[in-house]
Amino acid sequence: MVTREQELVRTVVYKHPEALEDVQTHYCPGCTHGIAHRLIAEVVDELGIQDRTISVSPVGCAVFAYEYFDLDGVEAAHGRAPAMATGLKRVWPDRVVFTYQGDGDLAAIGTAEIMHAAARGENITVIFINNAIYGMTGGQMAPTSLPGQRTKSSPMGRDVKIAGYPLRMSELLADMDGAAYVVRRSLHSVREIRKAKKAIRTAFMTQISGLGFSMVELLSSCPTNWGFSPPDALKWVEENMVPYYPLGDYKVIEAVKALE
Amino acid sequence: MQEEVIFAGFGGQGVLFAGQLLAYAAMHEGKHVTWIPSYGPEMRGGTANCTVVVSDDPIGSPIVQHPGVAVVFNNPSMLKYEGLVKPGGLLVVNSSLVTATTDRDDITVLNIPATDTANELGESRLTNMILSGAMLAVRPMVSIDTLIETITAKLPQRKRHLLEINVKAIKKGVELAQQQLTPA
Amino acid sequence: MSAELMKGNVAIAEAAVRAGLEAYFGYPITPQTELLEHLSKRMVELERVFVQAESEVAAINMVYGAACAGARVMTSSSGPGISLMQEGLSYIAASEVPCVVVDMMRGGPGLGNIQPSQGDYFQVTRSAGHGDYHPIVLAPASVQEAIDLTFEAFDLADKYRHLVFVVGDGLIGQMMEPAVMPEMRPIRPRPDWAVSGKDGREKHIITSINLGAERNEAANLRIQDRIRVIRENEQRSLEWNIEDARILVVGFGTAGRVALSSVKMAREAGLPVGLFRPITLWPFPEKRLAEIVDGGIQAILVVEMNAGQMIDDVRLVVGHDVPVSHYGRLGGAVPLPDDVLHEIEKIAANIGLTATAMAG
Repeated sequence: MVTREQELVRTVVYKHPEALEDVQTHYCPGCTHGIAHRLIAEVVDELGIQDRTISVSPVGCAVFAYEYFDLDGVEAAHGRAPAMATGLKRVWPDRVVFTYQGDGDLAAIGTAEIMHAAARGENITVIFINNAIYGMTGGQMAPTSLPGQRTKSSPMGRDVKIAGYPLRMSELLADMDGAAYVVRRSLHSVREIRKAKKAIRTAFMTQISGLGFSMVELLSSCPTNWGFSPPDALKWVEENMVPYYPLGDYKVIEAVKALE
Repeated sequence: MQEEVIFAGFGGQGVLFAGQLLAYAAMHEGKHVTWIPSYGPEMRGGTANCTVVVSDDPIGSPIVQHPGVAVVFNNPSMLKYEGLVKPGGLLVVNSSLVTATTDRDDITVLNIPATDTANELGESRLTNMILSGAMLAVRPMVSIDTLIETITAKLPQRKRHLLEINVKAIKKGVELAQQQLTPA
Repeated sequence: MSAELMKGNVAIAEAAVRAGLEAYFGYPITPQTELLEHLSKRMVELERVFVQAESEVAAINMVYGAACAGARVMTSSSGPGISLMQEGLSYIAASEVPCVVVDMMRGGPGLGNIQPSQGDYFQVTRSAGHGDYHPIVLAPASVQEAIDLTFEAFDLADKYRHLVFVVGDGLIGQMMEPAVMPEMRPIRPRPDWAVSGKDGREKHIITSINLGAERNEAANLRIQDRIRVIRENEQRSLEWNIEDARILVVGFGTAGRVALSSVKMAREAGLPVGLFRPITLWPFPEKRLAEIVDGGIQAILVVEMNAGQMIDDVRLVVGHDVPVSHYGRLGGAVPLPDDVLHEIEKIAANIGLTATAMAG
């Protein structure tokens, strides 16, 4: 007879994802990149696609993402991940290809590439980490830095008269006819993280079902460059970023709804 | 043997096609040939032109400073090329449209009323075929038979009905050239 | 197979298809647009990949992606577009993945014009991107050579896992000549090193990052080792009338072809002139050039459609042993046979060669 205790030990409820390498990352304490990586890896495991998934890493803090995923991977030039993913996916149509890009990569230097990948309905998945700052170069203003936000290159706060306004990429990309699934989620609470994972799963399913371009934007924190403690940084996401970048589904075509 | 021919005229007069037809014919006779559209120093003055080089040997420059033959479809082309033809060369003039004259006595000049003749045949676009026939009558770098075989092979299905009249135009060009060169 | 009259741009495109091209990514630019247009039809017919990208930047990064996947891949452009591709070219070289790039050179700098030029010689032979490497650069002078070299470019790219350029100019792109196409080859299997999903093996990563000087130096040395092998094995050139030549004309592509006419004219006039036409611009055919110069060449004339770029490579070979002069037309102008002949005659007079002396 199996005791209740033995039964519990036998049922694994939480483990290190197969698709994530068991290594220490270079991310700062409290950074949400680690959460995003883990969510992707869990989804890859659950969908059973580790053997046919290819990651495209960006230039930015996640430049070494390929070292953390136990997946085949490439490292793109700054902003060009969607173009590189296009090349990969077109010649490997039965593989799962995703890019992992920050806000500088996707919304500044790579704006043309992301817009046209979406417009073409490129059958790839984009994980967009929006933390409103350039992390790798040490805290300069990003295309998504909020009006008034202090950064190393907007030390008096982002003055829209000088620096213009932030880009809301999910809203922009949702307008593309080729986009099948475009949503914005956040990583600032357990509840939101669970929603984020579900969205990442739907995005991958969108690609696997051949339905077209999918993107999950994840509002993320950067305690180091924002100058906050990790808990305060998460609070800053909730109180400042979410109002400017409302969470929600910006484009879910009918065929994707049918998947859910 | 190496012959260099410049065809020059307005766009729409079939200038580039005349050159291509000659190039195809030369290829069918196993000769070396190059065809280039308006490129290099001759590309000025708002005209369409092309250069064809036909040779028994591999061709060096496909660009020609002083052609052995110039076929001029209009006045601007006449003004540009009559002075450039190599001594001993041939100038074929569409005298229906070209009013300028040449006073060169070191080249052969054929004045062919090609556009008028084409209109008489009922199709003004035959100007290029008449001039090609006339040129080959004097400079047989490819045979008239090959030219006719080539156009027979090249004419697309939808233009098949124009084959006969094209052949007629080529032959008319030959005839006009012969009449002009044979003392009456 | 019998010859067909073909335009250079179309011939290159079709040769690539027959070499087993799996994917093409490009952006329209004169004077190579017919190449892209041909592939837009052919690749789709054959159920292969054709994408008209939003820019040359995107195009070369799509090429990079497909190359990492191990596909035979190509792009094509002209000077302004090749400038935009510098980023991707450098990443491709650093990542050691093969691809073929066609550059139909036009008059520059800047927007310049669409006339034929050889102004991109430095750009393509020196690195074509930041960092420390040379692509392999093939320079056809006829439609047939354009076909043959394009066909072979893919094998060279595979053999060395390296960038291969096929460089022509507007004239080669627009010119029609009879040429014979090779038979269609089957698509080759994807190589083992490609990224394809880690199915039953260790994961494959393709990256150009090498943090730390030692690690990046090691990566650079590996590239340099390969480049040394290429330099040793792949030098190619053609020559005419070399045996008793005292003056050597050196030119590539269209300029080399025009110079051939001038050399023939000079020979008819009794001048001892030969022609050396590099087929590989990198590696420059230095071994053969040195041999020819040692055989009694007294003066060299370099003919180019630029202000003097390949002349540097010629000088590196001959040093100060032989006077080297240059005749170039710029900005889209093409040298003409008579003008090159005139230069040859001037050089002959300078070094005391006369046609009569030769005849005697």
